[in-house]
Amino acid sequence: MAAPLLEVRNLRVEFPTRRGILTALDDVSFSIEPGEILGVVGESGAGKSMTGAAIIGLLEPPGRIARGEILLNGRRIDALPYAELRRIRGREIGAIFQDPLTTLNPLYSVGQQLVETMTTHLPITPDEARRRAIGWLEQVGIPAAAQRIDAYPHEFSGGMRQRVVIALALCAEPKLIVADEPTTALDVSIQAQVIALLKTLARDKGTAMMLITHDMGVIAETADRVAVMYAGRIAEIGPVRQVVLHARHPYSQGLMGSIPPLDRRVERLAQIDGSMPRLTAIPPGCAYNPRCPKVFGRCLGDRPDLMDAGPTQAACWLYDNV
Amino acid sequence: MFSFVVSRVLQAIPVMLVVAFISFAMFAYVGDPVSIMLGQDFTEAQRTALVHNLGLDRSFLVQFLTFVGNALQGEFGLSYRLGRPVAELIAERAPATLELAFCAAFIAIAIGVPMGVYTGLYRNSWLSRFFLTFSLIGVSLPTFLIGILLILVFAVNLGWLPSFGRGDVVSLGWWSTGFATATGWKALVLPAVTLGLFQLTLIMRLVRAEMLEVLRTDYIKFARARGLSNRAINFGHALKNTLVPVITVAGLQLGAIIAFAIVTETVFQWPGMGLLFIQSVGSADIPVMAAYLMLISAIFVTINLVVDLLYYAVDPRLRVGRRGH
Repeated sequence: MAAPLLEVRNLRVEFPTRRGILTALDDVSFSIEPGEILGVVGESGAGKSMTGAAIIGLLEPPGRIARGEILLNGRRIDALPYAELRRIRGREIGAIFQDPLTTLNPLYSVGQQLVETMTTHLPITPDEARRRAIGWLEQVGIPAAAQRIDAYPHEFSGGMRQRVVIALALCAEPKLIVADEPTTALDVSIQAQVIALLKTLARDKGTAMMLITHDMGVIAETADRVAVMYAGRIAEIGPVRQVVLHARHPYSQGLMGSIPPLDRRVERLAQIDGSMPRLTAIPPGCAYNPRCPKVFGRCLGDRPDLMDAGPTQAACWLYDNV
Repeated sequence: MFSFVVSRVLQAIPVMLVVAFISFAMFAYVGDPVSIMLGQDFTEAQRTALVHNLGLDRSFLVQFLTFVGNALQGEFGLSYRLGRPVAELIAERAPATLELAFCAAFIAIAIGVPMGVYTGLYRNSWLSRFFLTFSLIGVSLPTFLIGILLILVFAVNLGWLPSFGRGDVVSLGWWSTGFATATGWKALVLPAVTLGLFQLTLIMRLVRAEMLEVLRTDYIKFARARGLSNRAINFGHALKNTLVPVITVAGLQLGAIIAFAIVTETVFQWPGMGLLFIQSVGSADIPVMAAYLMLISAIFVTINLVVDLLYYAVDPRLRVGRRGH
């Protein structure tokens, strides 16, 4: 097995607040192979976006990495000085954010933003960068790219803007893209197009991707592997087919079970009872124990780490000594 | 673009007419020019003749239209106090005020904007705290007090700078400038600092607040995620987005600096329009007051027009309809 492109080891992110330290991510470990698409799913507040932000070094202060390490091609990037981290951002790890209406600077044309990103990272002239910028706009499916390059963000629709954001994330040819809910803010009809575009581009360029979403359909279609997050920890991680069809962790089972079936009518949509605990009130033992239908004594006291559960790994005592 | 300029100029016309009307009304309600001009000893025939010569026996509307017509030609009559044409008096004094105002505005912008950016970026550094405390002084101390304190320190105690006047001026045609001589520059320092200090602190606080706002936006976060340099992010992406409100305030403040240089000019005996105005108020010299009022209004209207045009230059979202979708 080749060396992983990205490796996250025992990552812990804390927020010091007036009422004590909140642990937003606890002991998160996973890796991404070159060219692989890892889906990250979970409810709001599970720590999906936080993990992405930690990888690109954009945790909102006062959030900080308290423990663990992040390695890119075997090199630690979680404690780099700003100047070096900056050279990694965009150049080695690209980012796509949720809302394309707010991620583009309204006062710069899309061409200016593309050229600026490329000339920052690549040894090319502005003329060459402009030529490539038109190429990128064509690749992400902007019609009449040569004319549209001087247009400003407000002159594009939401879906088109997200295509521009994708071009911006890819234009300095990073090896990894962190896409944080890239389609959540888009119309349903546009979502599939944008996901298909992302998938095609990632495959063509051999770019690995960490795709954060709460849309299981997107994950099932796009990802190679999937990590299910719950209350700041990874509950289960494994090949997408296994996790979607044969989830091992009770939380993943509940999550998959709540996808409404399309082939028959149901009286009531399936759901997991209760809600995810707040960061201030995570129960001892397994964080999922108050909602878990299979809870037993050990879950209340000991916190499970990821353990082998057949083809996937699950943080659940059901699979201890299997 | 052209139609926008035309429509703004057309909008300015009613504003200027209202101001003209107020200026004109002063003649009727503030004192009686006839009795001022005639002095103590006169006959009824002399009085009637003067009233006729001044056109005061004609109807109100005719008088007002005559006033507006004359004003359009830069003709504001004779000063009661000095007996010279008002337009000439103001033209003589305007360079002093304009030079002072532009220096003050330059100080305010050239120092206020970088200070605002700095305090926005490094909110918790001791220098930011110092700047903020300092700005509080600038905002809260009255101009005349600042002027007097500066005179005390730099003119009286240290003796470095003159405490009044404009120094030696050089005439360039109808414009007299203090920029050409060393004494002119030295004389400019204290009044310009006095006049600019309030604006400086105002601009600094505004830029700081806007920077704090903009730095929280997604597009700044995305710019960081693209790995742009700090310089490009802070001074390009962030600062440019703070400019629309800053231009608005800076424009209005420039108007205010020109119009309200009165206090500073009085403290420093600066021979500008403000000093002329305050002296005219003292002796009820209505033609000068009326002309000053109209000139200041014209300046405000012009500045507002320029500010509106600058919005277009800065913010592409306002340039509607130039490119198709």
